[in-house]
Formats: sequence, C-alpha cells, structure tokens
Amino acid sequence: MEQPNEPTPAELDAFRNEVRAWIAKNAPPKPKWKLPDSFMEVGTDEQFAYLQAWQAKVYKAGYLGMTWPVEYGGGGKHSALQRVVTSEMARANVPFMVNVIGLMWAGPTILKLGTHEQKAEYIPKILSGEEIWCQGFSEPENGSDLANAQMTARREGDEYVLDGTKIWTSLGKYAAHMILLARTDKSGPSKYHGLSFFLAPMRIPNVTTVPIKKLTGEHGFTETHFEGARIQASRLLGREGDGWAVAINVLAFERGAEGGQAGGLAMVPLRVAQVIDVARKLTRDGKPAIDDPLVRERLLQFVIEERGLELSLQRTRIPALAGPRPFAIPMMGKLRVTEFRRRLCAFAVSLQGANANLYVGDPDAYSDGDWQRGYMNAFSATIGGGTSQIQMNIIGERVLGLGKG
Amino acid sequence: MQAHDEAQTAPIVWNDEAELLAQNVSTFMAQHSSFEAVRKYMATPTGFDAQRYAQIAELGWLGAALPASYGGADLSVSALTGVVEAMGQRLYGSPFTATTLAAQVILLAGTEAQRSQLLPKLANGEAHAALALYEPHGAYDLEQIAAKAERTASGFVLHGDKAAVLDGQHADFVVIAARSGNDFVLLLAPKSALQGRIRSETLVDETRRSARISLEGLTLPIDAKLAGGDARAALEHAERVAWLLTAADAAGGAEGAMQLTLDYLRTRKQFGKPIGSYQALKHTMVEIMCLIEEGRSLLYRAATVFDQAGAEREISLRMAKAQLSETYAFAADRGIQFHGGMGFTYECHAQLFLRRAQHDLHAFGDALHHRRHLRESLFQI
Repeated sequence: MEQPNEPTPAELDAFRNEVRAWIAKNAPPKPKWKLPDSFMEVGTDEQFAYLQAWQAKVYKAGYLGMTWPVEYGGGGKHSALQRVVTSEMARANVPFMVNVIGLMWAGPTILKLGTHEQKAEYIPKILSGEEIWCQGFSEPENGSDLANAQMTARREGDEYVLDGTKIWTSLGKYAAHMILLARTDKSGPSKYHGLSFFLAPMRIPNVTTVPIKKLTGEHGFTETHFEGARIQASRLLGREGDGWAVAINVLAFERGAEGGQAGGLAMVPLRVAQVIDVARKLTRDGKPAIDDPLVRERLLQFVIEERGLELSLQRTRIPALAGPRPFAIPMMGKLRVTEFRRRLCAFAVSLQGANANLYVGDPDAYSDGDWQRGYMNAFSATIGGGTSQIQMNIIGERVLGLGKG
Repeated sequence: MQAHDEAQTAPIVWNDEAELLAQNVSTFMAQHSSFEAVRKYMATPTGFDAQRYAQIAELGWLGAALPASYGGADLSVSALTGVVEAMGQRLYGSPFTATTLAAQVILLAGTEAQRSQLLPKLANGEAHAALALYEPHGAYDLEQIAAKAERTASGFVLHGDKAAVLDGQHADFVVIAARSGNDFVLLLAPKSALQGRIRSETLVDETRRSARISLEGLTLPIDAKLAGGDARAALEHAERVAWLLTAADAAGGAEGAMQLTLDYLRTRKQFGKPIGSYQALKHTMVEIMCLIEEGRSLLYRAATVFDQAGAEREISLRMAKAQLSETYAFAADRGIQFHGGMGFTYECHAQLFLRRAQHDLHAFGDALHHRRHLRESLFQI
C-alpha cells in the first residue's frame, strides 16, 4: 500500500489533542461487572455487547482502520496517525477492540490476498464490528503442528462441504465468520500440500459451537463442529491447495512480524507502573511492600525488561539500527511480550502474601482477584497463536539458522 | 513514572554520520581483528598493534568525539557507541577507551592552553592517555575516592594509590583524580613522573591492560592541575562515557560470543544431528538473541539521551550498562558450555569472550552497583 504523506510533528500533536479530547468525551463508563482483559476472555453476552458498541463508536469517529483503503471503509491515512490513536487509547485505559481477529489478522490477510469482491464484502464490517471473526486453525489432535490439520473440505459443484472439528475458537459464540484451514486433498507429497484457506460463515446449518470452560472457571472460547456444512466456493481465499501459504501470512500478522493491522488496542495493556502501584498500596509484614529492597529489585528488573521490549518495537522503525537480523525483533515480539506479561502478573499475585490465595468473588480478594485471574489468563497468549516453545523453535531455525529438531 | 513517559515521546534517534562511522569501524575490525590477530597482540606487553592503532588515528576515529578546533570530528560521544560495539564484537584491544576517557576529562576540565596542547596529540594518536579513577578498595562511587593531593608552595604532593587504570602502563600521561579538601582535583602526570610507580595488573581479560599506580609522595607542579573547569562535573561525565562505552563493548561482545557459538551449533554433530537442532541449546540461543536485541535497544536509547542532562540520561545509561554486561557474561558463559570439551580449552575462542565479558561486567560499576542506584532513582526510597 502506498503510504500517504507523513504528518508533520505539529500535525501529529494537533491530532493527539483531538484524540485525547474525543476519548475524554466518549470513553464508555466502567460497567458494574468485570471487563475481560482480552478478546480471548469474552465470556458473557453483556461483555460482548458492551465491547462491540465501543468498537462501532471508535470506527464511526474515524479512529480505526485509518490506514486501510477508503474504498473498503478504511481511512486511507498515514500509519503514524493510527499509532497516535492506539497509544492514546492505551494511555486512557479504555476498552480494547473486540474484533481483534478481524482487525489484526484476518482483515490484513484479506486485504493482501483477497479478491475485490471479498474485500468489499468483509472489510467494512470487520471495521465496524458488525461482523465478528474467529479463527479455525487448531484441532483437538493438532495444536502446535498446525500444518497437520485434518478437517476436510470437499468440493461439490459451486460449494465445499466441511467436516471436522476446530478448537480454542475465541469468540466462537459471537462470530459471523471464521478463517479456516481445511484439507482439500489428502494425496499430496507432504502435510503442507492439499490445505486450503476459507473465509467460512459460522451461522449456517451443521455448524455448532460448544463452550469450553477455562482454568479460570470462566467461558472464553468454543469447540466448533462442522458436520457436512456447505459453503459457497467463493469463500476460498487464494487458490485451492495454497492454504498453508495463506496461513503463514496470517501468522505473520498475528505475531506482529508483518505490519498492516487496523490498529486500536488489542488487549488491556499491562504496565509495570501498575504493579509498582500495587506494591505501594499493599503491606507486607506491616510495611508497604515497596519498602522491601528485594521487592524493589524485582520491580526494577521488570522496568528494565519493559523498556527493552518497548524500545525494541520502536527500533524496528529505524532500518539502520535493525542490525544483522532485521526480522529478529518482529519475530520475537510475541514470545517476549506474552511471557513478560505472565511473569509480571504472577509477581503481582505474590506481592499479596497470605491474601494471594483469595480469588475472584471473595469479598476480601485484593482488586477482586484481578491479578490471580490475569495470571491464569496470561497463558492464553503464551500458548495460543503458537506456544512460546514453538516460537523459540521458529526463531532458532529461521533467524539463527539452527537445524530443525 | 516520568522517566517512562519521556521514553515514549523520543525513544531512539540515530544520525547518518554515526551510522557511517560504525559501519566503517565494523568493516575495519572484521578485516584486522581476527581471532588470530587478537591472540597475537594479547600476548604482547602493550596488548595492541601499534601500527593498526596509528591507522585508526589516521582515519580520525580517535578524535571523533573531540571538537574540530582540537583536530577532532566534532561528533557527540554518543557517536562512539557503534564504534566500540564493533570493536567489542571483534575483541579488539587498544587504548581507545582509555584515551577517550582522558580526553573527555581534559576537554571539560582543562584550560584552553591545556586543551590545545594535549587534545590534538590524542586525536592524531601521537600520544596515549589514561584516567586514574578507581582505587585498590574497589569502590565505584566517586565519593569513595580517597587519594589526596596536598597543596605545597611549589605544587602538589600526592598520597594514596590508584587501581584499574585502563592502559595506564603505556600512557604518555595520566589524569589523576584526587581529593583536595572537600573538592576533587584532576592532575596531569607525565610518564616520566610515574617511573617506578606503575605495576601492570594481571587481568582475567587478556585483551586489555590496566595498571596500579602508587601515588605516595609523588610531587607535581602547580600547572599539573586541570584548571579550566569543574573537576566533579568532568569526572561524572567520564563515568557516563565509561558506562556507555562499556555497554557498547558488551553489546558487541555478546553478539560475537553468540555468533561463535552458533557457528559451532550449526556444524558440530552428535547422535547424527547438528547439536543446534536440540531444543535445550536452541532455546537458550534464542534467549540470548532476545537479550542482545533488547539490550541494544537500551544502549541506543542511552546514546540518544547522552547529551541531555537529567535523570533520564543516568537511568538509561545505568540500565544499559547493567543489563548488557550481564547479557554478555551470560552469552559467553553458555558459549563455553555449548562448546563442550573444546570450550574448556585455552585454544577455543569462546574463552576470549568469557574473559572479556568478566571485565565489562566489573569495570565502571557492576550490575549490583548500578541496580542499587536505579532502585534509588526509580523508587525514591
């Protein structure tokens, strides 16, 4: 995509002020019930409705998909403007955009590889949040080994017939469409051959979703069953048999290794400053937790790591500083950020001493058990989208040139 | 935290001049500082190749961060980040850092006469200089400097000892930091005055040289004093330069250690497979790479704010120094382990990185020291 002219610093400042004022006026009031920290944790209808309305409002104000083409409902503007919006949203701690799969990876993939008809049909409603997207990659027997997907899509005239099961379908209950990897040919020379990629509708006969209860005790995703479900052949993205190549594109967007996402917050940002605040408020053995030099040392290490992560993302925009491995930082982002969040949550729990054992629902739980729940939910990102261990294999093999195991 | 907000508004800035300089040094080092060359010169008394060093002077790198009026290139000290990173990656040994530290102190605290007499010689490589900062007690804080300069009718008489003086044994003159009453004083001692007072330290890191200097009874004339600026400010500046350059050396060294190990993991086979295909080794190498990349981001941040007075500068520098020197030590440590039996030999190059990493770890404030200061400035307790 051709980048429009870069805004001047003065234009960016003016725009930042405009966004701040808009957020101050339009940020939704905090609900009485608990909001989820990410799209993977949306478990109730009221949570979903609240988040969907917020996304629609942000899009209507012109603050979402700002870089996407105007003809498909985007803003056609420079990416610096979208970055301003996203960072201001993080700063104001407003809710995230619920249609994350559509905005961050299905949408960019459709824009990159889809036909004009597909873009016109799906992109505007991804942005408005009118149509929620989910992802059908993992299967009960195939998680990290994604290319081994066994679900089948059999061509019959102008249709494909889908049979099989997908699992860990975040937003499965609310989605209108699923990006789906299925096998159209089993005779290929390897598992990578014969996969095809579909933009499958969810609300059709013979597609059922079964909620899965997470370790936190909440609902968040579904198992999705396809039993002879029929979809139009025009739902194929790319060519039949090229599914693996399309999926690689999706993963690059999902893991942040490629840019072009619609922007907006994808999850509630977690900052070390919040945990420092916890350490100031909580007492341990009669004194503020932060008075303990070992607590301060642990916090300092998190501060250093947080800076290293954030500065690294900034550094990717300066090619001269990318060094000998230009893909290293984009590829390590998912691994490092998600692991960092998990460890930081666990530490915030440990600061609570004996009360750390209290969970969501206990009237005496610190911050209503947010940190306990947050720690457990943090695994959704260290496991989902390719486990940390798979990420390390990929980086070791593709970036460092080490052999496959 | 305010420091954090600043980091978000102007995180990392880079300029083309510094980038070009870094590239030139990197190319030069790849050519002239092979493992063979490193081993050859580390076995000599001075520890460096005088001919090659003269070439570096000719290329203008010694004066890169000095004003043009003293024969320099007028760049910021921050432009030396990439230079020293490239040197560190190739384990290059030379009085570059020592001379830079002395030159920066003279630039800040010297009179115009002292600056115009000494700095051009340092910029063109005609003379080497050193800065005597630390003492045998091993403390890092400037407040712990105990050496005394007593004022006499004709000049100064000194008491105490200096230690860890980088390249002090072959410096043409040494800038000595001492106390005079409650103030610091900086005194220039020519090589001739230090005859019989210098002992070469035996270092873990054989690519570097440092010395102990006995000051007891040393007399220096009145004009030995750097009398053109505030001595404390000059010493604090020298500390910051040392933090930046040591962090840069560590960033380069960690990269060098990682590359050496990766080469081995790609070629060495056990149980019929390259050992790098085993996850216990592969995943550790990925951890090292991530630490290096994040550390380099901290380093370039520190370089970005190097010329801006304030808390953020000190925080950025201390973080870069603490984090990168530990990353270097970790990369070098795993480098020995992953080379197996060969890694335990003197012949294996992995030891060169391990030993140099030890120096970067403990010179100019170790991680414990910097973390203590960071905790104080971040948490105000």
